Amino acid sequence: MKTGKGARTGQYLALLAYLVFLAFPFLWLISTAFKPARELAGLHPTWIPKDPTLANFRQAFDEQPLLHAALNSLLAALGAAVIAVLIATPMAYVMARHRTLPARAATGWVVVSQAFPFVLVIIPLFLVLKNLRLINSLPGLTMVYVVWALPFALWMLVGYVRAVPPELEEAAAVDGAGRARTLVSITAPLLAPGIVATALFAFISAWNEFFFALVLLKTPEKQTLPVVLTHFIGAEGVADLGPLAAAAFLATLPSLVVFAIIQKRITGGMLAGAVKS
Amino acid sequence: MTLATATRRSVKQASGRGRDRRPVDHGAWFLVLPALIPILVLSVGPLLYGIALAFTDSQSGRTTATQWIGVLNFQDLLHDTLFWDSFRIGLLWAVGVTVPQFLLALGLALLLNQELRFRWLARALAIIPWAMPEVVVGIMWRLVYNPDAGILNETLRDLGLGDGRDWLSGLGTVLPAVIVVGVWAGMPQTTVALLAGLQNTPRELHEAAAMDGAGAWRRFLTVTWPALRPVALTITALNFIWNFNSFALVYVLTNGGPGGRTRLPMLFAYEEAFRYGQFGYAAAMGCVMVAVISVILAVYLVGRLRGDENA
Repeated sequence: MKTGKGARTGQYLALLAYLVFLAFPFLWLISTAFKPARELAGLHPTWIPKDPTLANFRQAFDEQPLLHAALNSLLAALGAAVIAVLIATPMAYVMARHRTLPARAATGWVVVSQAFPFVLVIIPLFLVLKNLRLINSLPGLTMVYVVWALPFALWMLVGYVRAVPPELEEAAAVDGAGRARTLVSITAPLLAPGIVATALFAFISAWNEFFFALVLLKTPEKQTLPVVLTHFIGAEGVADLGPLAAAAFLATLPSLVVFAIIQKRITGGMLAGAVKS
Repeated sequence: MTLATATRRSVKQASGRGRDRRPVDHGAWFLVLPALIPILVLSVGPLLYGIALAFTDSQSGRTTATQWIGVLNFQDLLHDTLFWDSFRIGLLWAVGVTVPQFLLALGLALLLNQELRFRWLARALAIIPWAMPEVVVGIMWRLVYNPDAGILNETLRDLGLGDGRDWLSGLGTVLPAVIVVGVWAGMPQTTVALLAGLQNTPRELHEAAAMDGAGAWRRFLTVTWPALRPVALTITALNFIWNFNSFALVYVLTNGGPGGRTRLPMLFAYEEAFRYGQFGYAAAMGCVMVAVISVILAVYLVGRLRGDENA
């Protein structure tokens, strides 16, 4: 297929426009994070700070317990990612391989769970967790994140399992390997990259999550990073822009790094989950 | 209950069939159980509990017992003009975000599907918004929209288009401004899904159509679109639901203001539940949201599927 020269140029221009639209807010965030207060107060802001400074970062750490919040986020996200993958992988295996009742019910739940507004789930969850004394606790939040991450984890993992040919497992069974043995020594190693990608995706989702954390965590020493970030914005909606930008920039870095690692696999996983039925 | 019967049945089947080629059924339960229990306890259970709460006068921190009050919450909701205002805004927002999101993502996906140079770079950059915490997205766009230190007004000043304005405080500008952020934030997922669909369209068909002298637009309509259609339907339906239920972005950008102009139903229900403690009433709002969304989606999907048959 040949594309004309004019059309090609048009395509590059369109692509450029997209990239500008998608990238400029982030570049502006970085620019703001390195501007001194004086520059932020004046009119005519520039893309490149005239007098770049790290003062905003220092001030951000002074104003809010950012490190502690990051640790809370890390614990909740790691816990959620590991547990979600541990329990989702066997279930995804069944969903991919068998059309039994549990498999079909699980598929139904994955779909239905997307349609319900969180508010309908969070009120009862709040009441249940309160009775279990798991309000304002990281383990409580982690449990919620596990279940919240499950639909997408199952979706991705089912795709990865389908990509493993069942013939391999059958061959192992013919060679006398038991069911458990087959799963552990044949299927699991082939699934490993997909499992890691799924875990990392669950990690990012939990690291970024805001609504549940806002409702379930009450005291500042328990709160996760996204909740603490909103404390930079005052009651009147007025914010100290420099520290706000600095803290927001730092909070994004882990997600970006992890996302860069799994970028290819996410696309692949969605493809696998979506297309083969 | 159903679980117990199903287990019994599956055990019977498995033993009845003896050593089947895939002796799975009772083993399957062991594999499913670790995920099934949390799902039942923390998702299905709360969901049913939430629906039940809508028919009670449950409040936070009250000392008297919660009582069944039938459909009283729903009757109150019917006359709650604030809620319906919020609902209307929610629908405006959901449609206003979902449609441009789809069109822009489709354009980007088509571009990324071409053999362009720097395509790898573009692909990597294009999904950055996906990786960001929603709270950070909100903060970032507040900086962009900031009347003095924001880049938007500065650019407008540079272009001689006036002094700009306070986008997030103006009654007329706030909803469009917030919708732009919504479109920006959701574009990557949509693009990735559509790109996945595009890579599934048969390349030979494309080449054959080109050979027959079909132009780009015709090729898109006759080859690409039919193959892409299921993915497009699914992702727009999902986007619509996600957008209607979104919370964090607008919470950070405007917290529903000014004057309730961006108070999405989720924000409304959140305040009702966790600021005023009206659990039962807020649960009723959640139920109404689910019901209306289901009806809209059913109409949309049935309409589209019928379109498929006619085509």
